[in-house]
Amino acid sequence: MGSKFSSFLFVSSTVGKLRLVFYLVLAVGMMVLDYNYGLLWQVRYRAAVVVEPLYWLADLPARGVHALVLSFVGRNRLNEENQRLKEQLLLANVRINHMRSVAEQNRRLKELLDTSRRLKLRVQLARVISVDLGMYRHRLGLNVGTRQGVKVGQPVIDAHGVIGQITQVLPSISVMLLVTDPESAIPVVVERTGLRGVAYGSRDGGQLVLPNIPRSADIKPGDRLLTSGIGGRFPPGFPVGKVVSVAPLTTGAFLEVQADPSAALRRSRDVLLLHDLAVSMGPSASKTLPVRMTGRRVGGWQ
Amino acid sequence: MNRTRLLAHCWFAGTLLLGILGMLLPLPQVLEAFKPYWPALVLLYWILADDKRVTLGLAFALGLGIDLLNSVLLGEQALRLTLLAFIALRFRWQLRFFPFWQQALVVLVLLLNDRLVQLLVRISSAHEPLPPLAWWLSPFVGAVLWPFLYSLLNDLRSRLRLQ
Repeated sequence: MGSKFSSFLFVSSTVGKLRLVFYLVLAVGMMVLDYNYGLLWQVRYRAAVVVEPLYWLADLPARGVHALVLSFVGRNRLNEENQRLKEQLLLANVRINHMRSVAEQNRRLKELLDTSRRLKLRVQLARVISVDLGMYRHRLGLNVGTRQGVKVGQPVIDAHGVIGQITQVLPSISVMLLVTDPESAIPVVVERTGLRGVAYGSRDGGQLVLPNIPRSADIKPGDRLLTSGIGGRFPPGFPVGKVVSVAPLTTGAFLEVQADPSAALRRSRDVLLLHDLAVSMGPSASKTLPVRMTGRRVGGWQ
Repeated sequence: MNRTRLLAHCWFAGTLLLGILGMLLPLPQVLEAFKPYWPALVLLYWILADDKRVTLGLAFALGLGIDLLNSVLLGEQALRLTLLAFIALRFRWQLRFFPFWQQALVVLVLLLNDRLVQLLVRISSAHEPLPPLAWWLSPFVGAVLWPFLYSLLNDLRSRLRLQ
């Protein structure tokens, strides 16, 4: 850029050049400020009156297409889907009834052990909005914000497992970091063996990676990963992923474990926000939280 | 007389807004790399089509507005659009009399240069890995679309003037 640029700089009117330099310095100054103090989301919050309607406008076509699809699919297909959902509901109810007795038993046992963790959840339904947020290839916009009581750090789940957590909030829109984003990290536990670890998003953002598992650890493809509840941000016991490969790192002592996320990251239109944060086990979240909320940001190339 | 001027202003602002919306619209993941940088294309059209409308300040302000909606750092798009507008304004008189295919080539070069600037900003601020090769496709799509966009906007503009 430099050489190409300097050739223009020396042939034209001085006023134009001065103006250019002024604006460039201004822009770079803003970037430096934003980089150090994370101004962008504060400014966005202030300008929400303008920003949010534009996001809504951009989301309209996607909603329109969805409505069109709904109105054009045949009655037969809807009937079929209805039937299938009824069967699933029945099955789920049977499971819940079974679980209830187990949960009751579990509660009594826990009382005996004198622990006070509860399995009570308060959830809020949210819809994913289709807006290109620039850097956020591993991030999704949701149609709820501070007005609906959403706060930064709330876990988001769908029917299959953990999708991510809220990282930015506007008055009626919020942005969620997917579990597969390179910046994301979740404390997990292997369901079969109780082995603990931290699942990071992979570099390309499609999978989960557990980098520091000791070589002697018992873990194999097919193992299910659940949230462990350590750190207090995610409540324990939600599915996070399923191990697909286990390979020794070249450095020797550790295994690198790759896992596919359980949640339907790209297909979920409706998600649940968890409200009651779990009672934390171990050190408090603010100190151990592996996800940086401000400062350096890793984006996707749009 | 006054009404036509108002209409022209609205039309100008409207096209810029449409450009911004075009950028915000998500595409299916396969097509994502093909999405052209709409605001830059619209801005280029106005630089060539109208003598006095687009100044560096306007390009900067537009970029800041877009930064609010869709950016990694506040000031990123302001920088990109200011640079683009500066180069285009410098060569405006030559560009105007180019045939479409030559204009498209220039647009390609401008958009590629813009991607280079974006790459520099992103790498220095977010320490990202190099983007996939498909990321460089967007300028080519923009250049191919350029003749159509230019004639469409020109045609619409002349029709609106006739009213």
